[in-house]
Amino acid sequence: MSFQPVKFYQTGTFTVGNRLLPPEERSVQSQEKRYNSINSGHRACQGCGEALGARYAIDAAMEATNGRLICANATGCLEVFSTPYPETSWQLPWIHSLFGNTAAVATGIAAALKVKRRQGERRNIRVVAQGGDGGTTDIGFGCLSGMFERNDDVLYICYDNQGYMNTGIQRSSATPPAARTATTMAVGPEPGNVFGQGKFLPAIAMAHDIPYVATATVADLRDLEAKVRRAMEFEGARYIHILVPCPLGWGTASHETIRIARLAKETGIFPVFEAEHGEVKSVVAIRRALPVEEYLRPQKRYAHLFGKTPQVEVIAKLQALADRNIKKYGLLDGGAR
Amino acid sequence: MLKQMEGSRAVAEAVALCRPEVICAYPISPQTHIVEALGELVKEGALTPCEFINVESEFAAMSVAIGSSATGARTYTATASQGLLFMAEAVYNASGLGLPIVMTVANRAIGAPINIWNDHSDALSQRDSGWLQIFAETNQEALDLHIQAFRLAEELSLPIMVCMDGFILTHAYERVDMPTQEQVDAYLPKYEPRQVLDPADPVSIGAMVGPEAFMEVRYLAHAKQMEALKLIPEYAAEFKAVFGRDSGGLVHTYKADDADTIVVAMGSVLGTIKDVVDEMREAGHKIGVLGITLFRPFPIAQVREALRHAKRVVVLEKSLAVGLGGILSTNVGMALAAQPVDVYTVVAGLGGRSITMRSLHALFRKAEKNDLDPLTFLDLNRGVVDKQLERERATRRSGPAAEAILRDIGVVAANIAQEAP
Ligand SMILES: Cc1ncc(C[n+]2csc(CCOP(=O)(O)OP(=O)(O)O)c2C)c(N)n1
Ligand code: SF4
Ligand SMILES: [Mg+2]
Repeated sequence: MSFQPVKFYQTGTFTVGNRLLPPEERSVQSQEKRYNSINSGHRACQGCGEALGARYAIDAAMEATNGRLICANATGCLEVFSTPYPETSWQLPWIHSLFGNTAAVATGIAAALKVKRRQGERRNIRVVAQGGDGGTTDIGFGCLSGMFERNDDVLYICYDNQGYMNTGIQRSSATPPAARTATTMAVGPEPGNVFGQGKFLPAIAMAHDIPYVATATVADLRDLEAKVRRAMEFEGARYIHILVPCPLGWGTASHETIRIARLAKETGIFPVFEAEHGEVKSVVAIRRALPVEEYLRPQKRYAHLFGKTPQVEVIAKLQALADRNIKKYGLLDGGAR
Repeated sequence: MLKQMEGSRAVAEAVALCRPEVICAYPISPQTHIVEALGELVKEGALTPCEFINVESEFAAMSVAIGSSATGARTYTATASQGLLFMAEAVYNASGLGLPIVMTVANRAIGAPINIWNDHSDALSQRDSGWLQIFAETNQEALDLHIQAFRLAEELSLPIMVCMDGFILTHAYERVDMPTQEQVDAYLPKYEPRQVLDPADPVSIGAMVGPEAFMEVRYLAHAKQMEALKLIPEYAAEFKAVFGRDSGGLVHTYKADDADTIVVAMGSVLGTIKDVVDEMREAGHKIGVLGITLFRPFPIAQVREALRHAKRVVVLEKSLAVGLGGILSTNVGMALAAQPVDVYTVVAGLGGRSITMRSLHALFRKAEKNDLDPLTFLDLNRGVVDKQLERERATRRSGPAAEAILRDIGVVAANIAQEAP
């Protein structure tokens, strides 16, 4: 690892970046010899949170496995922008089969690796599966739950941009209430997505009692990397759900991706925590609590809430969802109960 | 070694002799006994290092198979009917990716109405999926074809469906000659994948392909299937050399050389047809049989050659192309495009309806007199169909059709409340 010695003026903060940290605390991304599992040159939109999230997560998983990793990828933006042949971005063995079967494909890979290991070949190789929220919470849900229930040795990562972005921003079961998508337009008496029951997959994953479940956002690189590293310490089914803002689908500026992701966490609308064997083990506390409005306002998908007559009632309902998360996960006091 | 056993058990033991590495399955009649037997063999350690995975759906079964095959493991699964349809998207994917998975299809009808009995609708619905499809006539052949299937699939890097009639074969106890492990090892080399997910040599599999190359990739799938037409006879000959019996191949004729009428069929019904042909031959009829073992790729040249001297061809098939007629007969018709011969399509045995020798005698005699409709539904109860059509003409809210027909037939009439007239 290359290490640039610097004089310390300030300690105990990440604000000035990696240079002030001892090498062992530096992020995988800050290393000159990081894996670059997804090479540059792919076709994601500028500021794509999914591209960033996948880069962070897969590089961290590569680091944790010494590059002995195989990846299965669902259909979706990530697959499409990274592969049109022969310009594949992937620097690790990678397979795309279908939209809804990625967890099962990963199970097959893990099973084959188990057999090969018994035959004395290709040892210590791990499997990661990844997909968008649609490929995870909707069409791939059956295969995912099956993989969890069997406790197959697979880390599944969901890049949640809260909609079917690859097909032009339609609603998925991860689309939040009131958000505008191409199939939940901002028209009629209740514009945007309905207030349904919600489908928070990390909680469903926890209900399977699998060894490890975590949530993260692209705003906190170190937290995300640490969770991937932690996930690779377990055998069996693991699940990481990463919130990845989508500038195109959310109607946000490309340079705002990180800030929006941070606001999702700081408002409590997206709880960041980790759980082992069905129990929450830690939460990332809100540093400076903010009203959800701060998170909603910069996103054009919520623009209809802030027109001439602001939809205060709808905003209050969204605030209530955040408040519920804050209470449920203890987000203000870091989960202390 | 000669053994008396159930067809499913015979297939399971044959698959076991092929040293599979990953087996995944989801239960559906009449496939269950095959995977149950394999599950037991894996569980008791007889197939170590093989992994057996109980998945949550057929879609997952084929997807697990895709993952394990792409990671270089010899992979097997089995299904039927609704299960095959449930996995259809992954079936096409497996062949598109060129993964040599072997799958038994225990042929069964497709609902609605739900029906667990035998016909060929399930396998034939996937005829254009890019999988090779071979049909077994007997349990011995089913057993043998599985051993050949692994060899073929892996040589071509294409998946294969070995089709065997549900219940009629899967659940029938017959004497079979079970090969030894040494014989199978001598015949079936270790699996050398063409592509494999391996960190030592990372590749991207299943990347997006646009209009600039898609046609070529699809053509390649076709070209590779056509190679099977050459390989299959070679492998069948080698099979004979190792195992001492004829099994597999493309097509088989029976008393067809001088036949004016040739009956074409697939699967176990060939046995019944041959019995009828034997009796008719004794009575002086010039009738013979063409059994199709390989349905995909379709052996056009061999079918044409076998039917060259026939005056008429009766294609008897357990499938229906709704709105057209036959599936097998359409394929046979293509082989006969330039030949002046009458092709009769006979749809028979749907949903397990018995195909009796008596009906076949009458059918073939009618054909010989050129007195057969181009499309015939064997032993169709026209009366109940007409009654239902009349009912639908007379009443808008005529109700569920299948239930009305059952009521008319009276099979279950004793068990259901009778409507007031
Ligand atoms: C069986 C099937 N249904 C629909 C599609 C079309 N489709 C492709 S990608 C996609 C959306 C993907 O959404 P998500 O999983 O959230 O990933 P994102 O593109 O948002 O990253 C859809 C609907 C498909 N490829 N296959
Ligand atoms: S549409 Fe959204 S998820 Fe897709 S590439 Fe663009 S920013 Fe990324
Ligand atoms: Mg999405």
